Amino acid sequence: VIDRSFIGWQSEPRTVTVDAARVAFFARVVGETNPIYRDEVAAKARGHPSLMVPPTFLVCLGTDPADQFRLLDTLGVDIRQILHGEQEFQYFAPCFAGDTLSFRGRVAGIESKKGGELELLYLETDVQRSPDQLVARMRATLVVRHRLPGGELR
Amino acid sequence: MSLAVGDALPPLELPPISRTTLALYACASGDHNPMHLDIDVARGVGLPDVFAHGMLVMAYAGRLLTDWAPQERLREFKVRFVAVTQVGARLTCRGTVEQVREEGAHRVAVVGLQITDQAGEVKLRGSATIAL
Repeated sequence: VIDRSFIGWQSEPRTVTVDAARVAFFARVVGETNPIYRDEVAAKARGHPSLMVPPTFLVCLGTDPADQFRLLDTLGVDIRQILHGEQEFQYFAPCFAGDTLSFRGRVAGIESKKGGELELLYLETDVQRSPDQLVARMRATLVVRHRLPGGELR
Repeated sequence: MSLAVGDALPPLELPPISRTTLALYACASGDHNPMHLDIDVARGVGLPDVFAHGMLVMAYAGRLLTDWAPQERLREFKVRFVAVTQVGARLTCRGTVEQVREEGAHRVAVVGLQITDQAGEVKLRGSATIAL
């Protein structure tokens, strides 16, 4: 069972400058063909400062690839227990390669379901381009399974 | 944009999800969860195989939306991952205009989203709010 005292816990802010090559690679992998996500010249010709950050890529930018499981480790959750239940974005302004974005996540809630067989972990992340410009808010619901097909995990 | 409740977005049909796609998505996204990459880890917890990242499936829903309306108009995008997506799945993304309403000074459309596999099993349901 996840310690409920983590409700309200905030991560340290993560600040990242959006790399155009990383946006273009992501766009290619998901099969995106619109040049505003893949070709800087085409993006600029359409009036954008650089490649546009695709709608779901903000989640990726908010995660440190070198330390992806820090939050789950902090909460004592094994990555094999996790299913992504829901994901939500609110967008206030588009983001582009070259932007420096700051991500701050918090544990918004933890709930038990099915007599404790599952727990739901609600995470919220604010994305700021500057201290006074909130560009997006993300909410994730992670399902933490305490029983898997292969038996009890923990 | 002239549109009415019930209008369908052009569906997006995707090629089968391969193991290469999952490996590349892990690199591109930074999500290195071995449950999407390593069949031994998946079998270790009693699953038959690895399965696709939910956020890969949501990225396809994002393509459906931005193929239809410029991304600057996207205000809200939310989904529920209804079932895991297996390797080999051939997904189709569909969207339907469910509401057109005033929101403050703007008109917005609410689009209902659904992704199914080749057997018709629903993998994702969601909605998006788009300024008109």
